[in-house]
Amino acid sequence: MTRARCKVLIVIAALAAIALVVPHSTSFLILLATRALAFSILVMSLDLLLGFAGLASLGQAAYLGVGAYLTAILATRYQFGLGYDFGLVVALGMFMSAALAAVFGLLAVRATGVYFLMITLALGQCVWGLAYRWNSLTGGDNGINLPHRPQFGIDLANEVTFFYVVFGFFVVSLSIMYTLVRSPFGRSLVGIREREPRMKILGYNTWLHKYLAFIIAGAFGGLSGVLWAHTAGIVSPENVVLTTSVDALLMTVLGGPGTLVGGAIGAAVVLFIREYLSTLVHWWQYVLGGVYILVILYLPGGLMSIPERIRRRAARAEAPAAQSLAAAKL
Amino acid sequence: MTGKLARRLSRMPVAAALLLAMQLAPAAAQEALRIGVVAPVTGIFAQVGADMTNGFKMYLDQTNSTFAGTKVVPIIEDSQGKPDLAVTKARKLILEDHVQMLVGGVLATEGYALAPVSTAEKTVYISSVTAADDLTQRQLPNFPYFLRTSWTSSQPMHPFGQWACDQGYKKIAAIAADYAFGYESVGGFQKAFEDCGGKIIQKIWPPIGTKDFGPYIPTIKPDADAVFSLMVGPMALQFPKQLRDSGYTSPIVGGSVSYDESALPFMGDEVIGDVSAEQYSAALLTPANEAFVKTYRAKYGKVPSYFSESNYTTAMMIDDVMKETGGKWPGSQAFIAKLAALKVDAPRGPLSFDDMRNVVQNIYIKKVEKTMLFGYDKPELWDMVIKTYPAVSQFWTYGKDAFLKQPVYSRDFPACKYCE
Repeated sequence: MTRARCKVLIVIAALAAIALVVPHSTSFLILLATRALAFSILVMSLDLLLGFAGLASLGQAAYLGVGAYLTAILATRYQFGLGYDFGLVVALGMFMSAALAAVFGLLAVRATGVYFLMITLALGQCVWGLAYRWNSLTGGDNGINLPHRPQFGIDLANEVTFFYVVFGFFVVSLSIMYTLVRSPFGRSLVGIREREPRMKILGYNTWLHKYLAFIIAGAFGGLSGVLWAHTAGIVSPENVVLTTSVDALLMTVLGGPGTLVGGAIGAAVVLFIREYLSTLVHWWQYVLGGVYILVILYLPGGLMSIPERIRRRAARAEAPAAQSLAAAKL
Repeated sequence: MTGKLARRLSRMPVAAALLLAMQLAPAAAQEALRIGVVAPVTGIFAQVGADMTNGFKMYLDQTNSTFAGTKVVPIIEDSQGKPDLAVTKARKLILEDHVQMLVGGVLATEGYALAPVSTAEKTVYISSVTAADDLTQRQLPNFPYFLRTSWTSSQPMHPFGQWACDQGYKKIAAIAADYAFGYESVGGFQKAFEDCGGKIIQKIWPPIGTKDFGPYIPTIKPDADAVFSLMVGPMALQFPKQLRDSGYTSPIVGGSVSYDESALPFMGDEVIGDVSAEQYSAALLTPANEAFVKTYRAKYGKVPSYFSESNYTTAMMIDDVMKETGGKWPGSQAFIAKLAALKVDAPRGPLSFDDMRNVVQNIYIKKVEKTMLFGYDKPELWDMVIKTYPAVSQFWTYGKDAFLKQPVYSRDFPACKYCE
């Protein structure tokens, strides 16, 4: 069995475990798990940019905001999206976010490194400014309350049902993104991350590759936003503020850039500490800070790099033993 | 190997004891009154959150955490100032900790986020700080389990507008933080001021968190008799200083939080003489308030602000309802009904509720003075009360129906008819 296939099986097993265990725990844990899964879609989309294309973006929350505000505005003003048309809202959310990413990408993708970071930050702040000031549309800093969760044959107000729906979206997003990064397109992105000039020499249109990745990341950000709006029940400029983008970036780095599942793990760890640990102890911030510092210092590849490190250490432990064995034989 | 095994075995009794303790703990708290407090313990509003929880805990300490014979268990959860985290924590308090009521919330977004949760989970939510007007006005029918013991943003501003007319001000320029709280405060002041003959000739909206008012101060119209300012947090510290430094000598009339006790201790002498309006002043010269301020300051090292007083009074009101029911929890609906029928004497004065479940209270016009109060040995800045408007409701003199017909105060309402 190849390494890749082994990893896929482990992920499938983990997902099955989550699907079986979570619905039987307390309501609060189900709520946390739903929040983590909805936000993970955003983090995984950022991983697509950061881990695979090498573009660190500080503006991903803008796409979450577009998806979330669209859902909220359609639900409150036009009573749209709260029944069978929920699927339409999901599609519309992804489309609008992708469209925004297409516009922003024209400005951002021409830059790299720190400059890309700055431009995406500024663009994200533009969306925040609109959410904050366009009172008649977005309710300003009061936010928009969604009346209730959609009901189409199944009642999403039930926490467990909603968890399964979000879980379903998460699995589908993960599968699509996984197929994408394993495809020639995804491999080209990794090549661009490693050596862009060489890819250009080989004849790849690197700008187009990065641009498309940017749009795809935006689309998934929109999906995350639609789900996030219904998970929290309220959409406010807090969802598009800079710290949300920073959170997504930190979660990606924490989990391990370049491994899609790492994003989900990072999101789970941070949300667990921030929202669950904070109910148990009041020094949870030290724990979160400590986790960040330790990971950045000792695990540059994030939490997902731990198995690899263990394997390497085991291999190194075997190597001298093998050498001494060979020497003894001689 | 025996060493490791021995160590592992020796840990087992400790683990077993812990497990046993965890099983025993919940059983003790069955009959208690569980109150969930949602406050920003960390984040940029941490000081506000500290004031809120200190005020609440002070009343619990004074009554030994027992209301009418029932043990009270407060569970404080950190909302970090984020609305969706406030919702998550509120759900945790209701679903896991089985609280009978929620208290707290600071920002308008938190209020708007928590109120629907109280409706969905049929749990009482008492807003002890959130001032967003519409929660107890046009939106109240959506929130049958919601009650407010604090204030609405425009509540102190209506009498303040009247007071401004009485002082002879004819034209006032308004400068306020650019968000809903600022709009509602200016809106209330403008409506009352223009209804008695005044004119708001200018409205400036610096964004929240502005520290440099250089771009705004030179634009203030020179023919204004006074400046109305609504500044929040660090803005409240910077604005009066910068305005006076620029040579402006006309009076400043401030909105509620511009000069309140969370900012006043950090201000300098340039604010002496500035007037503001609020439902509480730590310098209120009543025996109840003097006792409150002295006890609070001795315990927590700072003068209480309205955040502390509001939560202290909320705890007092919950106690009064529990005394009425003989210590038994009467269910959410009955509790709300009893609470809304209360009349209490709080440190801020006499309180009752109107039929939209918002508190009716005295509004104090206060002037900053440097003086020695309550037996403290140094002169300090205090908001001395110069006029009291008794029993002011959120509708002032307008009548509930007429008031509710107009839209909620916003950036564009009331319109700036006299803006030049």
